[in-house]
Amino acid sequence: METVLFYIFAVLTVAGGVAMVSLRNPLSGAFALVMSMVGLAALYAMLHAEFVFILQVLVYAGAIMVLVIFTIMLLNLNREELHEVPVSRIRLLVMGAVCAGLAWAAVRVLDQVPQAKVEMVADFGSIEAVGRLMLTDFLYPFEVISLVLLVAIAGVVLLAKRRI
Amino acid sequence: MGPVGMHHYLALSAILFFLGVFGVLFRRNLIVIFMSIELMLNAANLTFVTFARYTGNMDGHVIAFFVMALAAAEAGIGLAILVMVFRNRATVQADDLVMMRD
Amino acid sequence: MTDAIIIALKAAFIWLFPLMLVPLLIWLERKGAAFIQDRTGPNRAAIAGVRLAGVVHILADVVKLLTKEMMIPAQVNRLYFVAAPLIGFTVIMAAFAVIPWADTLVVGGREIAMQVATLNAGILYILAITSLNVYGIVLAGWASNNKFALMGGLRSSAQMISYEIPLGLSIVGLFMVFQSVQLNEIVRGQGELLFGFLPKWGIFVQPLGFLLFLVAAFAESNRNPFDLPEGESEIVAGYHVEYSGIRFALFYMGEYVAIVLSSVMIVTLFFGGWQVPWMPTDKLVAHGDLLLKVMLGAGGAGALVFAAFMFTFSRRIRGAFGDLREREGTVLGIASLAAGAAMLFFFARSFGLTLPEWGARTVATVAQVTMFAVKTLFFCWFFIWVRWSLPRFRYDQLMRLGWKRMIPLSFVNILGTGLLLLLVG
Repeated sequence: METVLFYIFAVLTVAGGVAMVSLRNPLSGAFALVMSMVGLAALYAMLHAEFVFILQVLVYAGAIMVLVIFTIMLLNLNREELHEVPVSRIRLLVMGAVCAGLAWAAVRVLDQVPQAKVEMVADFGSIEAVGRLMLTDFLYPFEVISLVLLVAIAGVVLLAKRRI
Repeated sequence: MGPVGMHHYLALSAILFFLGVFGVLFRRNLIVIFMSIELMLNAANLTFVTFARYTGNMDGHVIAFFVMALAAAEAGIGLAILVMVFRNRATVQADDLVMMRD
Repeated sequence: MTDAIIIALKAAFIWLFPLMLVPLLIWLERKGAAFIQDRTGPNRAAIAGVRLAGVVHILADVVKLLTKEMMIPAQVNRLYFVAAPLIGFTVIMAAFAVIPWADTLVVGGREIAMQVATLNAGILYILAITSLNVYGIVLAGWASNNKFALMGGLRSSAQMISYEIPLGLSIVGLFMVFQSVQLNEIVRGQGELLFGFLPKWGIFVQPLGFLLFLVAAFAESNRNPFDLPEGESEIVAGYHVEYSGIRFALFYMGEYVAIVLSSVMIVTLFFGGWQVPWMPTDKLVAHGDLLLKVMLGAGGAGALVFAAFMFTFSRRIRGAFGDLREREGTVLGIASLAAGAAMLFFFARSFGLTLPEWGARTVATVAQVTMFAVKTLFFCWFFIWVRWSLPRFRYDQLMRLGWKRMIPLSFVNILGTGLLLLLVG
């Protein structure tokens, strides 16, 4: 069951990534990236990282990508003039087949690797554990990153003003 | 299909990272370049969380949290710069923004 | 196998509960608006003369929306246009998965949590899901190829992401008081007593947090006084101006589901959720027999009173209309008379009966779910009440309120709560 879920979300994520770098319209690319991030969030949930899963949806898919999409819409960056030769269908099919073959071979190889046994604490990935770590071992980076965010906020407001 | 182990997640992370690199190198639109950078950061996050899961050490989660916060800050400033560039030059194609001539 | 059935039942329940409430809320909105504005409200739509005080009107609405022509404007991206209402509706329904409807039911040696998913992150899941709701609006505004829609969509999404911050920050004080992020823990914590006589509801321990959360919840569901993005007089219905038929129905229903979600959140966080005041779960289970008698007796008496009211009503309008309408009162009266008689019959039968353990627990669960539903309905009515009482905010006033007033206030709330907890211990 876990294997099936992993492959579903992995295919979703990779498909989103491929769509993002290959679609001409940046808005479609942005939505493909959102799909990819939601797939990644599901993968984090499968890795027992509950807090990171929530953060991925809340921060990445819910805030950062909304900001990117806002910018694209406000600046009306609809179509891109790609100065390149359009790829022929046959070439796409061949590349797709080669990639699928490589992926299948990679999966076969990866399945042979022996599994490692892992000891996890009872509240692995929970908010309390992450919070405890952040306020004890990682206190200094925590304070620094609040400073970074403050500087970023001030910088963005300054940069985006029309008249300083 | 056998059970899923650490190497599957790491391979997925590598694929995503290379997709991001491809996007940065081969796309000309600044927004797509920016989103490819975000994809690379996500791939790094996946690596951190995978290692956290398979060594039982939760430092990876905390570092993933910091990477996300940094990505948010970088997104804000990157997009502000992009808006300024667009205001001045009316384009976001990297080819048209080259000011240093050979 | 049993686990799968239980999860399926719970999922079906959270799917049906908002959907069943939506027609009720639409009716309540129309009739409530009329009541506040001192008029009668919809009372014309009829099936063979039967009007049921405007409930048939909702059926007429549904039929109209289903049979209207679904236009897609020219030169729009069809994928985005079609996907926007789907996203808007599906995402908001998914947020009900972590709401606890009652305390954990311990039956047959099995603990059944009365929520679909017991996530460690609890309420953060709901915040994450509501932040995904912005996509439906942004897509709808953009894909409509219409300046009004774009303006409405951008304004609405800017409003929603601005008010997500006070929404999240206002409940941090609550986390500090109840020491948990999980909703069931917060509701259980609200069963204790404060100062010996007051139930420790969220509103008593966090009044400022409640106010901030209430205002932010109004803003998040795009509801008056924050409905500028869809205000009819300002921006011609904003981001859903180009939608018709079922797609518009999805947006419309999505808004009411958002009202239900906000009410459910307010009740769970600040008004004790499924807690019956002064009666924690073990007391409810211990008095299971009495509880069953009280519920049956009160239900039966209420149904009989309603039947009496219906009979006097039918007597009053006898001969006034000349069609099937006059029978409404009689039919409803007989139906509620039958229901009341049945409940009183069981009430009488229950006197010689002692409930087994699982029976008492089930009765306690039913009582808690009923309490939860009653509280939620009150807040849904509150949303409707506020809508028809207050004028709408201007956009700059809205933004100023969110960023310059509510965020500092929520920080003050967090600081104050922290200090108070430190001092009181």
